[in-house]
Amino acid sequence: MASAAPRSSLALPIRGEALALRRGGRLLVDDLNLSLEKPGITTLMGPNGAGKSLTVRMLAGLVEPDSGQVTWAGRAPDRARASSVGLVFHRPVMLRRSALDNVRYGLKAAGVPRGERRERAMAALARGRLEHVAASPAWVLSGGEQQRLALVRALAVEPEALLLDEPTANLDPASTLAIEELVSQAQARGTAVLLVTHDLGQARRLADRVVFLNAGGLSEDTPAVTFFDQPRTPQAQAFVEGRLVL
Amino acid sequence: MHELSAAFGEAFRLISTMDGDLMEIVLLSLRVSLMAVAVAALIGLPLGAAVAVVRFPGRGVVIAVMNALMGLPPVVVGLAVYLLLSRAGPLGDWGLLYTPNAMVIAQAVLVTPIIAALTRQTVEDLHGAYDEQLRAFGIGRRGMIATLLWEARVSLVTVMLAGFGRAVAEVGAVIMVGGNINHVTRVMTTAIALETSKGALDLALGLGIVLLVIVLGVNGLASLMKATTMVRADA
Repeated sequence: MASAAPRSSLALPIRGEALALRRGGRLLVDDLNLSLEKPGITTLMGPNGAGKSLTVRMLAGLVEPDSGQVTWAGRAPDRARASSVGLVFHRPVMLRRSALDNVRYGLKAAGVPRGERRERAMAALARGRLEHVAASPAWVLSGGEQQRLALVRALAVEPEALLLDEPTANLDPASTLAIEELVSQAQARGTAVLLVTHDLGQARRLADRVVFLNAGGLSEDTPAVTFFDQPRTPQAQAFVEGRLVL
Repeated sequence: MHELSAAFGEAFRLISTMDGDLMEIVLLSLRVSLMAVAVAALIGLPLGAAVAVVRFPGRGVVIAVMNALMGLPPVVVGLAVYLLLSRAGPLGDWGLLYTPNAMVIAQAVLVTPIIAALTRQTVEDLHGAYDEQLRAFGIGRRGMIATLLWEARVSLVTVMLAGFGRAVAEVGAVIMVGGNINHVTRVMTTAIALETSKGALDLALGLGIVLLVIVLGVNGLASLMKATTMVRADA
């Protein structure tokens, strides 16, 4: 399962070219170029309103840009390849069924044959250390467990890319750590991860590359080491130093 | 006054002994209304969910019409179904007029808009929360409709109970297309109307009590289910 055998890529590279998005007369994303090409963890950072969530939704094929285009492996995103790009939101969206059935639902949507679903779902739950709640209704799980379940559900189908929109924003340190472990595991298995976060510590722990957005545009796209040591733009510098970016 | 208390006494005797005539009428009522709700659910659930999920031109009008049809006057539905099923009507050859099936059709017409409109509302609320996640899974429209109907299942049961309450308590449509024929199409509401006009208050009261218990019971069940759903949603 974790074999490194090259498979033909369905989703990678994910490219956003000259993306622009307007809502209610305001330009929220402006001429943004961003791509996710190879395994690794890219953190997408920047102040609120910088357009991070919208960018993730555009790259996931959920929101159409007003201009510019998103491509997965060279073609516009389509439903048939949706399961190659995993997505986890800031607030986990749980289906009103058991934890196990939540994972099975994702596997079914990805076209995994019925006979394999249970076993794969249990294996995925085990990786997220959720096997003890497999039979519990998802809505009785704690916030941290729900978010872990959302991530496990996305990872169960072994996506090529994983887009995470502030997955740990509402979580305590222990739950955050559990999420970060899962993200690192996914990266180790060769998944390309795009992680939106406000948590500088988290970015330092995980990131190979940092993309810094400010006011709808890209202001920096550098290896993590460079970003944290010598941020190029004043906004990024202020951000790294922990000053408030306005 | 004495007459009234005697009628009450007789009514309770009919209920407690499960009188044959009374039971026949009650069971036919339940059978007709349950079938009507089943038919209405088969049409109304997917229809309501589809309108909730799919964006199309004129959708606002469709929703307004669906909501307005919730208030269909039963006698008008009765008249329309009567015209459809009467000998000279387009479906006259089916010979359904004055049969329980005609009553099922009339009640289904009455209840379908209620189920469709309430389903649309329920599913639309869920759709807002689930749309992006389900699309991220690669779920298409049909899958979205099926998933959201399942996710809304608890609320939709209360929707169907509301439809059942409306159907079983309705008199205008069933009397027109059923004809209130003894042992054939006599249901609780039509029997109550007839027995009261004949002055046979005991059977009317007995049926009235049973109908009241059924309707209150169904409504109580509906609000109880709603309350437990709220608790779950808060958790």
